[in-house]
Amino acid sequence: MGNPNKAKAESGFMRWIDDRFPATQMVQEHLTQYYAPKNFNFFYIFGVLAMVVLVNQILTGVWLTMSYNPSAEGAFASVEYIMRDVEFGWLIRYMHSTGATAFFAVIYLHMFRALMYGSYKAPRELIWIFGMAIYLALMAEAFMGYLLPWGQMSYWGAQVIISLFSAIPVIGGDLTQWIRGDFLISGITLNRFFALHVVALPIVILALVVLHIIALHEVGSNNPDGVNIKAKKDETGKPLDGIPFHPYYTVKDLVGIAIFLFVFAVVIFYFPEGGGYFLEKPNFEPANPLVTPDHIAPVWYFTPFYAILRAITFSLFGLDAKFLGVLFMGGAIAVLFVLPWLDRSPVLSIRYKGWMSKVALAVFAISFIILGILGALPTTAARTVVAQICTALYFAFFLLMPIYTKLEKTKPVPERVTG
Amino acid sequence: MADNGVNKGRRRFLVGATTVVGAVGAVGVAVPFVASWQPSARARAAGAPVRADISKLEAGQRMTVEWRGRPIWVINRTPEMLERTLGIESERLADPDSSVPQQPAYASSELRSIRPEIGVLIGICTHLGCSPLYRPEPEAAVTDNWPGGFFCPCHGSYFDLAGRVFVNVPAPTNLEVPPYRFEGDDIIVGEDEEAA
Repeated sequence: MGNPNKAKAESGFMRWIDDRFPATQMVQEHLTQYYAPKNFNFFYIFGVLAMVVLVNQILTGVWLTMSYNPSAEGAFASVEYIMRDVEFGWLIRYMHSTGATAFFAVIYLHMFRALMYGSYKAPRELIWIFGMAIYLALMAEAFMGYLLPWGQMSYWGAQVIISLFSAIPVIGGDLTQWIRGDFLISGITLNRFFALHVVALPIVILALVVLHIIALHEVGSNNPDGVNIKAKKDETGKPLDGIPFHPYYTVKDLVGIAIFLFVFAVVIFYFPEGGGYFLEKPNFEPANPLVTPDHIAPVWYFTPFYAILRAITFSLFGLDAKFLGVLFMGGAIAVLFVLPWLDRSPVLSIRYKGWMSKVALAVFAISFIILGILGALPTTAARTVVAQICTALYFAFFLLMPIYTKLEKTKPVPERVTG
Repeated sequence: MADNGVNKGRRRFLVGATTVVGAVGAVGVAVPFVASWQPSARARAAGAPVRADISKLEAGQRMTVEWRGRPIWVINRTPEMLERTLGIESERLADPDSSVPQQPAYASSELRSIRPEIGVLIGICTHLGCSPLYRPEPEAAVTDNWPGGFFCPCHGSYFDLAGRVFVNVPAPTNLEVPPYRFEGDDIIVGEDEEAA
């Protein structure tokens, strides 16, 4: 049956298991004989942290479901019930809401790491695409989760985002009604978002995480030098610059996890609302379909894309500004999926790329942060101009990448990793 | 692998036919799941057109009916009110000819109504969704030379008695006119004229 060379325990209970399930084989493939480059730096902690937060979200989410009532009449009150009456309900809810913020924080840093060290380039294109699919599913998950407390910002945020679909010509109106299941956002919408948030999307996210990691372990991790460690192996066939993931990186990651949990706990206990950026102030009022809050802003992790949406105040090619804004916002995410084919550089890591790539990445990161700030603020004429410039820079990073990565002179990549 | 008497053409045909039938079946199974997201019978009933008797609505008065969770104003405009509304200089209005489709085609006249005297508007400010106040008399003096209309207390937008927005206020567009039709003494909000 299967591979006759499978690693098996010599005898005893593990042997009994291994004859029926490839336990020892899997531990070796993914942990004790999975060789990771020895030169990982700070930025390589965020993948593990994302897993930690995912576990946190699932665990706290299941517990919240036990006291939450997904109906228009009961949702807001049940969240207050969790906060005031359920034993440690406040802690479990703050772990979940802070977890959402932490999830995006570590995912953005994880993605930035990939941009710096070229971790999306061949042969890791599929890892990147699975990762982007996780990011997309995570955005849907966060958006639907934010409706569940049924506060004013839940309601009107959902109203704004669902209305985006109405900008699609011809089918827009029917499509928004289909998404809402009603003529306005109602308990029907709340119920279906609840089902998607707690059942459907978590399953999708977990499946994508499995694919992401299988693909990673197939080709091996990249590293800050972008050197292929499998090119230089010792006589036993193990990479000279690789060390077994377990125990070396499991122990190192535990330190990173401990530091992360310190920060996480500080937010949960001292700044659970994040100054109105993690839990927005209007959300402490129950949803009221007849009164709009003065200023609608999404939670911080969506603000860069919201700023791009609002930056499009002009019509182009006969498309009106509203639809064009939706296209730009969608495009800002869609362009990430084709990134592996936009980068024509012969080297992976920013360390050996030319000055143009370095400037481009810095400008891109700054533009993204400025867009994130602008997306949280009310618009003014001047801010709209800044948002338009940053939107242009955001897209320039990607669309000009085939040109500047080909033009620039790269530095020679060393044979072995550099400490 | 040798053919061993396998009829490859027939095998390919059978695999193809099975795939096609299976795909048709999958699409068929998807239909109820997709259709299940449409508004349910209860939601449709709650969003059904509403009927109101307007025979008792005095000249100059306004009544409010609720349709799809929103206040619908029905105003019986007097000849003086109509005169004042039609007399507004067009440069004071952002969209005097109702070019933005905030109304059904049959209500795109200057007075934005089927019958000149009966105005029907969704009473939600197009700025941020507050419900404006009814200020029909010139004495309300919301602005200089106030022709009568609606004033939104939240952010100070104002509209004339046809729901047209004035310039230099936060609201971008005229108030919305819902689909409606008349039937005897009744007005039916939520149903188009042609649909009768």
